[in-house]
Amino acid sequence: MQNLRKKIILLLLLLTTVPLGQALAAELVVYSARNEQLIKPLFDAYSRETGTEIAFVTDKEGPLLQRLKSEGANTRADLLITVDAGNLWHAADAGLLQPVESATLEKNVPAHLRDPQNRWFGLSLRARTIVYSTERVKPQQLSTYEALGDAAWNKRLLMRTSKKVYNQSLVAMLIAEHGEEQAEQVVRSWVANLAADPFSNDTNVMEAIAAGQGDVGIVNTYYFGRLLRKNPDLKLALYWPNQDSSGVHVNVSGAGVVRHAKNRDEAVRFLEWLSSEQAQNLFADANLEYPVNPRVPANPEVAAWGDFKQSTLNLAKAGELQTTAIRLMDRADYR
Amino acid sequence: MTENIDVVLELADVSQAYDGQLVVRNLSLSLRQGEIGCLLGASGCGKTTVLRIIAGFEPVLCGTVRLKGVTVSSPGFSLPPARRKVGMVFQDYALFPHLTIFDNVGFGLRTLERAQRTPRIHQALELVGLFAEHGKYPHEISGGQQQRVALARALAPRPQLLLLDEPFSNLDVTLRERLSMEVRDILKENGTTALFVTHNQHEAFAVADRIGVMHNGEIQQWDSGHNLYHRPLNPRIAEFVGEGSLIRGVVKDRQRVETGLGLLQGRFNSAFPAGSPVKLLIRPEDILHTEDGPLSAEVLRRNFRGASVLYSLRLDSGDRIQALVPSHCQHQPGERIGIRPDVRELVMFPEH
Amino acid sequence: MTGGPHPQRRAAATTAALRLFRKPSGWQLAAGLVAALVLVPLSVLLLAWLEPAWEIWRHLRQTLLSRLLLNSLMLVAGVGGGTLLLGVSLAWLTGACDFPGRRLLSWTLLLPLAMPTYVLAFVFLGLFDFSGPVQSQLRDWFGAGVRFPDIRSTAGVILVMSLALYPYVYLLARNAFQTQGKRGLEAAEILGCSPLGGFFRVVLPMARPWIAGGLTLALMETMADFGAVSIFNYDTFTTAIYKAWFGFFSLPAAAQLSSLLVVLVFVFIAVEQRMRSRMRFSQGRPTARAERIELRGWSRYLAAGYAFGVLLIAFLLPVLQLLFWTLDIFHEEFDSRYLQLLGHSLGLGLAAALLISAVALLLAYAGRRHRDRLTGLLVRVATLGYALPGTVLAVGIFIPLAGLDNLLIDGARHLFGLEIRPLLQGTIAVMLIAYLVRFMAAGYKPIDSAMHRVTDTIDEASRLMGLRGLQLLTRVHLPMLRGGIFTALTLVFVDVMKEMPITLMTRPFGWDTLAVKIFELTSEGEWERAALPALTLLLSGLIPIIVLMRNSEQ
Repeated sequence: MQNLRKKIILLLLLLTTVPLGQALAAELVVYSARNEQLIKPLFDAYSRETGTEIAFVTDKEGPLLQRLKSEGANTRADLLITVDAGNLWHAADAGLLQPVESATLEKNVPAHLRDPQNRWFGLSLRARTIVYSTERVKPQQLSTYEALGDAAWNKRLLMRTSKKVYNQSLVAMLIAEHGEEQAEQVVRSWVANLAADPFSNDTNVMEAIAAGQGDVGIVNTYYFGRLLRKNPDLKLALYWPNQDSSGVHVNVSGAGVVRHAKNRDEAVRFLEWLSSEQAQNLFADANLEYPVNPRVPANPEVAAWGDFKQSTLNLAKAGELQTTAIRLMDRADYR
Repeated sequence: MTENIDVVLELADVSQAYDGQLVVRNLSLSLRQGEIGCLLGASGCGKTTVLRIIAGFEPVLCGTVRLKGVTVSSPGFSLPPARRKVGMVFQDYALFPHLTIFDNVGFGLRTLERAQRTPRIHQALELVGLFAEHGKYPHEISGGQQQRVALARALAPRPQLLLLDEPFSNLDVTLRERLSMEVRDILKENGTTALFVTHNQHEAFAVADRIGVMHNGEIQQWDSGHNLYHRPLNPRIAEFVGEGSLIRGVVKDRQRVETGLGLLQGRFNSAFPAGSPVKLLIRPEDILHTEDGPLSAEVLRRNFRGASVLYSLRLDSGDRIQALVPSHCQHQPGERIGIRPDVRELVMFPEH
Repeated sequence: MTGGPHPQRRAAATTAALRLFRKPSGWQLAAGLVAALVLVPLSVLLLAWLEPAWEIWRHLRQTLLSRLLLNSLMLVAGVGGGTLLLGVSLAWLTGACDFPGRRLLSWTLLLPLAMPTYVLAFVFLGLFDFSGPVQSQLRDWFGAGVRFPDIRSTAGVILVMSLALYPYVYLLARNAFQTQGKRGLEAAEILGCSPLGGFFRVVLPMARPWIAGGLTLALMETMADFGAVSIFNYDTFTTAIYKAWFGFFSLPAAAQLSSLLVVLVFVFIAVEQRMRSRMRFSQGRPTARAERIELRGWSRYLAAGYAFGVLLIAFLLPVLQLLFWTLDIFHEEFDSRYLQLLGHSLGLGLAAALLISAVALLLAYAGRRHRDRLTGLLVRVATLGYALPGTVLAVGIFIPLAGLDNLLIDGARHLFGLEIRPLLQGTIAVMLIAYLVRFMAAGYKPIDSAMHRVTDTIDEASRLMGLRGLQLLTRVHLPMLRGGIFTALTLVFVDVMKEMPITLMTRPFGWDTLAVKIFELTSEGEWERAALPALTLLLSGLIPIIVLMRNSEQ
């Protein structure tokens, strides 16, 4: 009796040390900072098509990069997927990714949306653009990001917090374009025009504009799409700024092959597949984004917001200048 | 009861009930300035409830409670405890475990300024002989010391009346006797009017000036200890106070009564017609042990008390009595021993 | 009576202390082991000081630091005050008084415990912000000019966090009030205190270890909170930690900031313990079941109304809102995987609750057997993990873990020529140990508070009756500690269910829980879609709370 109990306890203890999940049989292991509901359908489709089993784990970018660092050469990860070029740049900068020479990827992903050294590739594209109240603002009053700092928008501008990487990349690109000093002037003029403290997400910004707390704001396109789906009568519209100059600020979600990948070839194949015509819509449409592959048309729902000229500055700049941008925003008291 | 400036506490016809059950019935009593009163009774007789009514923790169903002539409780009205200027020593002392002895005693004095407060606390602690312990916490001193701290805490605000709820019940016997004397001395020295409740008659006799024997929510006799002992109003009190036994007897004339102890002569507590059947109170000290006594009785039980032995005896008449015998005489249950009654005051009750 | 000073015991303690340097007891070894487990991630953080991130510090000092400190201070003070006010008043009303609806309220008031702060924060913003239904309705009625206090403010964050965290204080304080009885209050009244004065001067101070235990938990959660403050975009120490890591990509700077948080908590706990070092809080004599104070007249309804109001705002309203959102998205979100997620969450919560409570019991015993400084220190260290932001602690755990795995893999390769996979990562054992490090305090505080009630004389009496060792534990201590143990089990269970960062980092591949699902959905701001897992999480967290309350009502 006593003995049996001991055996059972021992057995239970042993059970807790057995690795669980699908990892053992997998042929490809992915670390992803892009949500499960956005990537899982792609993994499933790829598995169906090629028979390759994919194991994955999701987390925030910071912990994922740290995880890769601590695991070092013994990591099981083959591919890293994240959102925002800033994060990809940091992964590459920390030496966690390896260069991939692939004609397919070079053909499918425009140069400004991938690492100049081919360590990461953008896979879906989102624009960070101006949203305005169709009740209180005429599109003619709008022109550029920089102009949102004009006195005309005093107490009318709403922004998301500077702690979000999307805004950090936006400001980083401003710095790349204008230099730090002038960029800081722009940010300061935005802060001076704020109608309310910065919000914690883009949806709140748009809801506040719709409710009349402010008149204009800067948001990612897919948030607008999501809100529009929920409320088709939304009295908001997107505006494409800087069409006469640098173009709309865009960003990507993307991926890179992990430096110590055990299944490098499979990882490259999967990456190429993700950039291909057949996968691009699946990848982008899941989140109402634009495909990066120029030969793939955007989802009609997304295309309905109109064509725009996008900034062609290489996104690696966003990563490079990210810390500079954060400091600048802290100095400008942009919370 | 006459209005008297001297009367500190006055209860008139007080009743209280829990769940429809009367626990205090038509209770009246009064205490004069400096008097120490006691409610004596078995547990559950309602004596603690009386204290709680006086303290203001319980309302009254009917009757009034007056303190120095001011009505503090009447049906539908109860002055909050905090405004009655009454002190209380709880059975478990209820010392505040998070405060030092000093702060416990000073608790009721916070309206005073520091300059007045500190000497008052010192004074109260000196009164109970615990000045040296003032920096300790309650769990760091002994039970007897805790009791004295509780007393000092209750006395420090100089209450017009002090209530003590079974104050010595948590102490061992020797400590209990010593402390009860001490407490009486302290109270008398202070001129404090006090009412305490106990189930222990020795305590009541040692401390109180006036004692009320309580049974079933009623005070059956409110009197001095001497009178309770020697002139109990009913057989129940007679048996409860002291270790009295009641034996059967028949009145012969105005001074004599025929009993199982023979014909006894003495002063009657009240008049009985000749020939009436009575119950006669016999105390252990009324029976002397003599080897060649006129009577003998069978030993039923012996209870060794050090200097003396308390024997339970059966008379030939079948009546049972108790006798206190010096302990050098050893007798075993079953033996017969010689006895001689020595009764001067004949306390008798009619036989029903 | 707790008894006077026992010279023998003191002498025994001295010799025990002397013996320590030669041969520590089993209890101390066990406490040392747990403390060491916690010290590993802490030292990872402290080691970060080897490369001080001066540049980031300088930047923070020039720009944000003063605001961060002020905000954190206001938050801690505000939430401390708020949880005390709500927790103590409600605990006293339901624990020591009687009024209509008390029985029902006394356990339902604990339900917000299952509500993650980030969920409450989001729901509150959704309801009460400018664009929310409340303000919109008010503008409809009274015109666009109507002004409403801004919910996205210091006061707003404090309100939300107080409502989410008061149950910690409530739970522990109620325990104290229930057993305290009304004798203390009576003694105070007869000494001239008004009932209210007696409450503040006697009732409250006597419940202090319990209240302090609950408050410590609530404040540690406040300091570690990232979810709620980031939803309110309220800059605190934690947001700075995240900024250092996710923005400047400097884990050392994040670790350095976190280590300050640890020091702060350590000081807080040490001060509180020093202040009450010699006091006792029970009279030792177990009084009969406390009589309740019967509230009369309008105060009965005021009490009932107040308690119900808190329940309404902190629990019913948010649940209703979640329910509405869930109905909206149920058909597209729900699939059979939810059962699996629920199973994982429940299993993890239960396993962690059992493990942590058992270890907490062990620690409490070690602290009781050895009242020396070393053991006290070990116990204090062992409970520090609760104050760290989860993500930071997760990294502190993961770095040494991965290092150990690498060592094993390389060892196997070099010694035996074997290619093996990481052995430790992604195992339940590692997850449980990580939870242990994080939630030790939640298990320890209630058990330690309950341990105050097991006096030495009870031990002595039991020994005389021939009970020893395990028997003493099972027949005397466990029944007496039952309330505390149940509280510990519940707190840990609910905490583990809500936990995100450690679960994210240490879980096996493809092995998700409800909290992970919430993370997935909310990381891109899809709060409405997260209502389903949030509601499921909330409801399953209610089960142990209801069981707990059933038990404490007996």
